[in-house]
Amino acid sequence: MKLAAVQEALPWLLHAAVATLWISLAGIALGQVLGGLICLCRVSRHRALARFGALYVSFFRGVPLLVQLLLVYYFLPYVGIDVPPLAAAIGSLGLASGAYSCEIYRGALTAIPRGQAEAAQALGFSAPAVWLRILLPQALRLSSPALVNELILLLKASSLISTVGVTELTRTSHTLAAATYRPFEVYLTAAAIYLAMNLVLAAAGGLAERRLAAGG
Amino acid sequence: MSGTPAVEMRDVHKRFGKLEVLHGVGLTVHRSDVVCLIGPSGSGKSTLLRCINFMESYDSGEVRIDGRLIGYRDEAGRRRPMPGRDLQKMRESIGMVFQHFNLWPHMTALGNVAEALVRVRKLPQAEATGRARAMLARVGLSDKETTYPARLSGGQQQRVAIARSLAMEPKLMLFDEPTSALDPELVGEVLQVMRSLAAEGMTMIVVTHEMGFAVSVATRIAFLDRGRIAADGTPRAVLHESEEPRVRQFLQTYHERNSF
Repeated sequence: MKLAAVQEALPWLLHAAVATLWISLAGIALGQVLGGLICLCRVSRHRALARFGALYVSFFRGVPLLVQLLLVYYFLPYVGIDVPPLAAAIGSLGLASGAYSCEIYRGALTAIPRGQAEAAQALGFSAPAVWLRILLPQALRLSSPALVNELILLLKASSLISTVGVTELTRTSHTLAAATYRPFEVYLTAAAIYLAMNLVLAAAGGLAERRLAAGG
Repeated sequence: MSGTPAVEMRDVHKRFGKLEVLHGVGLTVHRSDVVCLIGPSGSGKSTLLRCINFMESYDSGEVRIDGRLIGYRDEAGRRRPMPGRDLQKMRESIGMVFQHFNLWPHMTALGNVAEALVRVRKLPQAEATGRARAMLARVGLSDKETTYPARLSGGQQQRVAIARSLAMEPKLMLFDEPTSALDPELVGEVLQVMRSLAAEGMTMIVVTHEMGFAVSVATRIAFLDRGRIAADGTPRAVLHESEEPRVRQFLQTYHERNSF
């Protein structure tokens, strides 16, 4: 192991880590929006919507992310839609994390006793007010540990998008390892960067959880 | 007892799938009446109560609050569901207290009471908080304003729940077994609050197993059996003079269980 190789690779890898981080954050942000919407479908009384939600979840949870990425990457241009690799990557991460987040939210919602929504309805709350004031704040609190977990999984899963030509941490590592013939040093540095990012995320998540839990 | 009744139920039917829970219930409640609904478990007491604010929909018949049909709109002989906004408006003036309190755990006691004033009544926060304070004081919980429900006893939680309903200045209060989930030594404080409400002339319908409360506070007792009102009258008339065999049997079981 040569320290010089690490020093040489570090600036490149850190630069790529920034890409990994923001692609992951964009993916999870998209995933939260999709997850919320799909969750609303799944718990809906409309059969067709509930059916659609269940189908969505079983597909995006049941097909490996790598295969989903390749499908998006090759299929969309095939039907004449030209999507830049970066958008395809963020989109795929978002679609997949939407499926997982949906199930996290659904679990949290079922954990809230029915009576709480009833109490609000009996007081004359509108349906949106029940969601906004009673269900969502609690669902968020109940689901926050699982969501932090999901964020970490997604950050790691983002290494898969290296296969569709997006320059992020893993792909940059490949390139550097091939160019310098120092794979061990390069990948070890990349591993340390992934670990550091996830430790920071976990700590931030823990802090957020404690703040949410402060209310009772 | 003149004028429009506070609540009028006529021939109300309700079924859950194959099970017919209410078989043509009729019940009239006048202003300042305190009606206790008693009867064996599974007789439909809670369902009947929940039909009054349409937390439970009924299949046929009429439930009128101050003369106004709740839950449906009858137009040209056809019945349609009432628009959500109208139903919400009607519910604003009907308080409901639940067996399991149903306080919102992510809000303080004060927050629980003020919430509907802000979200439903659209009062400014300061005014809502002021009124919520007064309501908590009324149920004797001024010292618990900033406490979250998880740190309150069952009796205190139920009193907060009553304050939450009262804050909306309801014309009618529904109680669904308000003391059934409480430890015996906490029942008294909740009944005390309900007593004082009754004394102030609140119209109340109470599903309860507390015979002592029913006898001393109710202006009327309605006995429900298998989805029908089997007896309805003053506590004395129902509990002591009724010849109805089901009432007699229910009371006998009750006395046997409570004597030791």
